Amino acid sequence: MTAPAIETENLTKEYPHGFLNLKKRNSLEGLNMQVETGEIFGFIGPNGAGKTTTIKLLMRLIFPTAGTARILGKPISDIDMHRDVGYLPEQPYFYDYLSAAELLDYFARIHDLPATVRKERIEKMLQKVGLETAGKIQLRKYSKGMLQRAGMAQAILHDPKVVILDEPMSGLDPIGRREVRDIILGLKHEGKTVMFSTHILSDAEMLCDRVGVIVGGKLRGVGAPEQLVGVKAKATEIFFELTGQSAAPLLAKATRTGDRYRLQVPEAELYDTIDQLRAAGAKILSAAQVRATLEEFFMDLVEADRAQAAAVEVSGK
Amino acid sequence: MKRAGVVALNTFREAVRDRVLYNLLFFALLMMAASVIAGQISIGIEQTVIVTLGLSAISLMGLLISIFIGVGLVSKEMDKRTLYAVLAKPLRRWEFLLGKFGGLVLTLAVNVAAMAVGLFLALIYVKPELERGDATVLIAVYFIWLKLALVVALALLFSCFTTPLLAILFTAGIYIVGLYVQELRNMPMQMMSGGMTLFTKWLSFLLPNFENFNIMAMAAHSRQVPGTLIAQNTLYAAIYCAIVLTAAVVVFSRRNLK
Amino acid sequence: MKTAKTIVLVPVILLAGFMGVWKLQHALDKQRARLSEERDYVLLSSPKLIQAVSLEYAPLMADFYWTRVVQFYGNKHVRGDANLEQLWPLLDITTTLDPNLIVAYRFGAIFLSQRAPGGAGRPDLAVRLIERGIKENPEDWRLYEDLGFIYYMDLKDYKKASEAFLEGSKNPKALIWMKVMAAKIAAEGESYETSFFLWNDVYTNTTDPQIKENAKAHLQLLRALEDCKQLDLLGGEYEKRFGHRPRRVSELVEAGMLQGMAVDPLDYPYTFDENGKAALNPKSPLFEKQKFFERFK
Repeated sequence: MTAPAIETENLTKEYPHGFLNLKKRNSLEGLNMQVETGEIFGFIGPNGAGKTTTIKLLMRLIFPTAGTARILGKPISDIDMHRDVGYLPEQPYFYDYLSAAELLDYFARIHDLPATVRKERIEKMLQKVGLETAGKIQLRKYSKGMLQRAGMAQAILHDPKVVILDEPMSGLDPIGRREVRDIILGLKHEGKTVMFSTHILSDAEMLCDRVGVIVGGKLRGVGAPEQLVGVKAKATEIFFELTGQSAAPLLAKATRTGDRYRLQVPEAELYDTIDQLRAAGAKILSAAQVRATLEEFFMDLVEADRAQAAAVEVSGK
Repeated sequence: MKRAGVVALNTFREAVRDRVLYNLLFFALLMMAASVIAGQISIGIEQTVIVTLGLSAISLMGLLISIFIGVGLVSKEMDKRTLYAVLAKPLRRWEFLLGKFGGLVLTLAVNVAAMAVGLFLALIYVKPELERGDATVLIAVYFIWLKLALVVALALLFSCFTTPLLAILFTAGIYIVGLYVQELRNMPMQMMSGGMTLFTKWLSFLLPNFENFNIMAMAAHSRQVPGTLIAQNTLYAAIYCAIVLTAAVVVFSRRNLK
Repeated sequence: MKTAKTIVLVPVILLAGFMGVWKLQHALDKQRARLSEERDYVLLSSPKLIQAVSLEYAPLMADFYWTRVVQFYGNKHVRGDANLEQLWPLLDITTTLDPNLIVAYRFGAIFLSQRAPGGAGRPDLAVRLIERGIKENPEDWRLYEDLGFIYYMDLKDYKKASEAFLEGSKNPKALIWMKVMAAKIAAEGESYETSFFLWNDVYTNTTDPQIKENAKAHLQLLRALEDCKQLDLLGGEYEKRFGHRPRRVSELVEAGMLQGMAVDPLDYPYTFDENGKAALNPKSPLFEKQKFFERFK
């Protein structure tokens, strides 16, 4: 079996604070985690939970108080590891005197990409993140979303095997989020490993093979999203359109918006209900499982954590 | 090393795009005004006036650039968090630091060279025939550049462990002290205790001595400068920069980026 | 492993570097000393211009220039170099930048007026400096004292000296002896008491060790001069009695004209020279001092 793409062992980070830095605050406590090759791993938690700390530790922007980490089997202190890793910082900001194309060229040079490859690669990347028309504009004129896209482009510029993205969806409009999701799925398709952090759970639920939930500097659970929340579907929600007035007993339980109705039924009664609706001439628009969401699981964890240790600081960064 | 070069070139580009070279315009105006006025008010010493004024202006502008931009080289990147994406590339921290240093020193070289050309044009205006001794002005400019490189290294070091404002104060402070270390030795020693005397002596040899690089008076009077002095000053600047940059690398490599 | 290498490498670089710097600095100092370049102490010699460029920091600049004066004077003095031609421009700039820097007028005037090697030997400039000081600070009566001192000691202009003391004595804060000085100088010109008093005042009021030392030497010489006068009078008496001038002071004692050996302030007995004139003992350090001061008369 090959080594996991990312692996941490007892990774801990304390921040000194207070008068003369005498007090210590644990930002991350003994993180043990593995991200397997080829998977999309979501790293979720509320603001200040330690997501960014973990990622910065992995990128050697900060140094651990204790513990080790390996990426692609190499210790993270090995500079060569960075050749195969792409990184998008949280709320990225780049040299505002450069254009996106120049920024990518600068990074490509640091990556030592040959001149012949550079130009073509940069164009491809700009196209991929939807900046092909804005590539010549100085970054100081970019909106937050455009910066995020530029950041995405630089993260995958050098065709890395592992991509680590810190809040890749933040600051983006729905179209932008969709595009980032497509890029992430595309990376998985190419066989890359993607780890991204987010506090938006639906993103994680939609994309991830596995997620890790971190609250208050501690990892609280790792697994596939549906595994984490349990697949016990409680009910199915049916969404339908009905112009007539028949099937009255059913409609009493449904919520109405104009001619459209929404109705929740237990799993056992599902087919019966559908038959009845069909008989009544209703047009069924959708039928979806209502299950415990990641959000519920997540909220439970946070609540528990708060109750257990009121001292945990959940500070907004 | 090649990557440090890439960083250096980008630093140079940043300086150019941030309109650092605009000071050249100001310098050109100053030299033009000086050469016109000098001819009228200071009969007989036009050359001295032009050279001292020009060299002072080169030194002062260079100092402003090296202190303010030098301190900003790293602290601005930390502040704006442009550093994150860069350091996540296969780039060692010392390469980054060296690149930043090299970039600003390159900027200063271009800047100082351009000002030297302006100075010579003004000199030709007041004194149509140049002599061999006027080459001393070039050496003086070269010494200023060496001095500026050392100032940049110091600014870089201070900005690695303190706030930009303090780093500016420290750099300016050590520069001013460095101008007077020579005087430390000339101080009447009977006024101090033995320990104090020894300490002062040590200090006066180990602190960066910026007075080494000052040959303005010689340049003003077109006196020859021996090659040994050029070699010694070059070596002095190189060694001192190496010391300061080593310290900066040690600090910066351990630094947690907020 | 990597950190271990760094731990060794960094101190080695720093140590080797500083050793290099140490060596180089010595070499550089030697090189520059050989060049013995003329250093422009007064790069800008127009006080008005300096005042203009100093913005609101003119007094600070004045302090800076004053420091240069003291340093300059101190260094040159130690080296016995009498070339003090830079002194006047420096003082001129200092007092223009800060017209209320009394110390600059007072000490500056002494440096300027004293004969070399004590000063620049330019009492005319000293008078100019003090008069400027009086104009800017009319309430400071000590400046009048200095003015009177220069007229009395260096220019030997007793009328002007008397006027200066009189003018200063009009200040209610002025000490009473200012008036006495004015009257005494007007009546007698140069006298032992006046000179002694003036030097004594300098000696007791100055904080500058060099000026104090200088005043002390002058006081000792004044006393020696006065002693010699008295001895010469006795010598005259002796000649009347024995037909020849005394050759040694001991002869006066043997003749019963003197109670004991007459000694100078440093306890060296006085002698009589070949002309039979009383004089300082050549062994006395004061003898050298006297020669030294007289050389520049």
